[in-house]
Amino acid sequence: MSLVIGVPREVFAGEKRVATVPDVVEKLIKLGFKVAVETGAGEPANFSDDTYRAAGAEIIDSAAKLWATADIVFKVRGPSSEEVGLLREGGTLISFIWPAQNPELMQQLAAKKATILAIDALPRTLSRAQKMDALTSQAGVAGYRAVIEAANAFGRFFNGQITAAGKVPPAKVFIAGAGVAGLAAIGTAANLGAIVRANDTRAEVADQVKSLGGEFVKVDYEEEGSGGGGYAKVMSEGFQQAQREMYAKQAREVDIIITTALIPGKPAPKLITAEMVQSMKPGSVIVDMAAEQGGNCELTEPGQAVVKHGVTIVGYTDLVSRLAKQSSTLYSNNLLRLTEELCKTKDGQINVNMEDDAIRGLTVVKEGSITWPAPAPKIAAAPAAKPAAAPVVKKASGHGHGGSGEPMPAQKIAIMFGVAAALFWLIGANAPAAFLGHFTVFVLACFVGYMVVWNVKPALHTPLMSVTNAVSSIIAIGALVQIAPPLTVSIARPDDWIRWLAIGGIVLATINMFGGFAVTQRMLAMFRK
Amino acid sequence: MSASLATVSYLGATILFILCLGGLSNQETSRRGNLYGMIGMAIAVLATVFGPSVTAAGLPWIIGAMVVGAGIGLYLARVVQMTQMPELVAFMHSMVGLAACLVGFASYIDTSMPLTGAEKIIHEVEIYVGILIGAVTFSGSVIAFGKLSGKIGGKPLLLPGRHYLNLIGLLIVIYFGREFLHAETFAQGITPLIVMTVISLLFGIHMVMAIGGADMPVVVSMLNSYSGWAAAATGFMLSNDLLIVTGALVGSSGAILSYIMCAAMNRNFISVIAGGFGSDGGAPKPAAGGSAEPAGEVSPILAAETAELLREAKNVIIVPGYGMAVAQAQHIVYEITSHLREKGVNVRFGIHPVAGRMPGHMNVLLAEAKVPYDVVFEMDELNEDFPDTDVAMVIGANDIVNPAAQEDPTSPIAGMPVLEVWKAKTSIVMKRSMASGYAGVDNPLFYKDNNRMLFGDAKKMLDEVLVALMKD
Repeated sequence: MSLVIGVPREVFAGEKRVATVPDVVEKLIKLGFKVAVETGAGEPANFSDDTYRAAGAEIIDSAAKLWATADIVFKVRGPSSEEVGLLREGGTLISFIWPAQNPELMQQLAAKKATILAIDALPRTLSRAQKMDALTSQAGVAGYRAVIEAANAFGRFFNGQITAAGKVPPAKVFIAGAGVAGLAAIGTAANLGAIVRANDTRAEVADQVKSLGGEFVKVDYEEEGSGGGGYAKVMSEGFQQAQREMYAKQAREVDIIITTALIPGKPAPKLITAEMVQSMKPGSVIVDMAAEQGGNCELTEPGQAVVKHGVTIVGYTDLVSRLAKQSSTLYSNNLLRLTEELCKTKDGQINVNMEDDAIRGLTVVKEGSITWPAPAPKIAAAPAAKPAAAPVVKKASGHGHGGSGEPMPAQKIAIMFGVAAALFWLIGANAPAAFLGHFTVFVLACFVGYMVVWNVKPALHTPLMSVTNAVSSIIAIGALVQIAPPLTVSIARPDDWIRWLAIGGIVLATINMFGGFAVTQRMLAMFRK
Repeated sequence: MSASLATVSYLGATILFILCLGGLSNQETSRRGNLYGMIGMAIAVLATVFGPSVTAAGLPWIIGAMVVGAGIGLYLARVVQMTQMPELVAFMHSMVGLAACLVGFASYIDTSMPLTGAEKIIHEVEIYVGILIGAVTFSGSVIAFGKLSGKIGGKPLLLPGRHYLNLIGLLIVIYFGREFLHAETFAQGITPLIVMTVISLLFGIHMVMAIGGADMPVVVSMLNSYSGWAAAATGFMLSNDLLIVTGALVGSSGAILSYIMCAAMNRNFISVIAGGFGSDGGAPKPAAGGSAEPAGEVSPILAAETAELLREAKNVIIVPGYGMAVAQAQHIVYEITSHLREKGVNVRFGIHPVAGRMPGHMNVLLAEAKVPYDVVFEMDELNEDFPDTDVAMVIGANDIVNPAAQEDPTSPIAGMPVLEVWKAKTSIVMKRSMASGYAGVDNPLFYKDNNRMLFGDAKKMLDEVLVALMKD
């Protein structure tokens, strides 16, 4: 019997997302599942019950019924305590959980003998897991929305323009923290035409910033801030001092600041002080994406947009919900990919395979026992193998335009010359003069051929072969001179035999001669710019 | 025409031939190069026909033979499909080989030039070697033609103790060579000559039969080289410098091509000629397993999704292989390319030196389909660009994009330079099935996370992709 996936309406205030969109419902049904959706679940994200029904889902009119029907529940936010009560004994739930921040919730879930997959506990460094990485997909949406909120609150264009009505300078945007959200914000702001600067304590993201059209602003202090797992760590006092100076400088210069700095399990670092806000131009905007964790700006009021010292400080904590259709679509695709991993047999059953690194990491409660935190995934073996393979490749790629390669070792050259000298001596000592003349020509021609052919482009190798082939029909001359030579001495000569052999030779060689040149011409005529 | 004038004409022809090969160094000058070749050939033939060594009595015969040959040759050149180029080239090599044999025999039975002592021996050695090379070229090319056109299966035929067979053949050839040189009369000499010819023919067949499909580019260029050496040997036989020079040019050209092909596969020339893939003996496939059996899941993709990926991409690299030639998909590839380029997508082609069945095969096919050659790149030119590529599309290629060549030192193709398509953000492999390539090596690329498989006939699938692209 195939399992039922239940999609309840999100109960958290202001949450507009839904865990599964109609497109994904269809795909889940293809995997063999049945899908039940609570009535109105998709309404805030503009997915009506009818579209769910059309996609093959069953619409259930109350949350209690839904939770009772569902074998597996797909949610966005972690369950409220009522929802935990509704969860079936031994049921399965997939949603954000944040196990480190919610120990009581974990206990309640474990008491339900449930199996819980926390989408936020995914091992993100596993490349295979990227398709399931909901943190990334949601952060991308948030970053985009942050720029849109900033643009909304900002009184000018983002892009510079020179119009009949006067010149408009481009907006300057500074983005603190170049994680997924930060990078999405950089790309969005740059696309709107703003001058974008960004900073991050992790130096390795500088290239990513540049690739999106931003400028990386360095802190004048040497320290690496990568804290593992793609997050930053708390920096030293000296660094923080230098960083504050840099932020103060940026605050005076830019029109918009978007902050995204988060450190896992800790309150957000206060990057923008009240003085910095004061130093900003009136009409400037700060969007504080870390508002939920206390905010990166001292004056942020979580959930609100406030104006202080003439600067609008946007502290919305529901940026993702403000783009609910997009974020729901991405989130439900993440869940679909996860479901595919859980249900490799495509028969509507799931297998929570604890041997699989990705699934092991996700599973925070397995049939009532808490399995969080997961041990570090075992992926270290791959990079270690690399150096061994690399030199081989290097050596092999040394082909190409011949003579220009590495010079041969002297010993090898000496041997070659020795062999050549011996060979020449042998020929010179024994061969008659007439042969030597031809031999000279032959050897020199080989060298000329060698020099000329190395210059031929690989793209023209086929024409080269067909033309050399045509040229080698020069052998016709050998047959031509045999057919009817002027005979000075009258010696008996089997004329007929020779003639027919020679004619055969001429026919074959001319096929080649004409065919070869003609087909080469045909081929070369096709090469065009 | 006097003898001196003929000699000077030959010299002119020689220079034109060198210019001809030189002209092929790039696309702009290549057509002129071909023209030089034609003029050189015309001069050489006319100078010979009207030169001192042909009397008027031979003219009707010569004209008749040349008209027949020219007719056949031009007809073939017109009807041949660009995908059949390797076959045509192999076929033409066999013509040269056979012509060399015939000229050699004619030269032997021509007793009008009485030679003695060292000159006689050298002349006979030249005949013997000339026919030997001609016969090997002929039979080898015929088999290569059969294999390339699919008339003979592509799998290597490995006779037991094949190295010994070749060795015995060589010894017999040397023995009969002695007999031939010591022959006093024509009757005594012709028998060893015929025996040797038969053995050479068998040797040519055996050599090419033992070579697998993936090594065909090496074989074709090697036979190209042989046809040159055959012409050079004929030149020695007839004391004709033009033949020697031209033969040497062609011979060294073919040899260089063979070398380039071998380097592109990280194979030793000797081991290619010795035949089969892997070092020696019967079972190369299982030997590959054990250490790194690629595991994981293959993610299939639909044509419509492929179109979507291509539309979203900024940088696309297409890697064509023999499969594209088989499916005749080059035209549709061009249409997709031009459509994407109009939309501002940077589409380029990456050509592996041994893609297809002869050197440069893919370039010719793409040129036929009107793909401009400045978007067609060699492996070395764009291999570093894959990390910045959004979509790498592999059409009917397998071994040349196999990451095992770099990652798995125990793989039979370890160390072979390959196109690093797996470094692209997404790679799409178009393939008819999960069967392995000619090397018989499984391809871990198919199991990579960023790889998608588009199963089906390349042409049909690309048609669908194009339709999906055109929709909006």
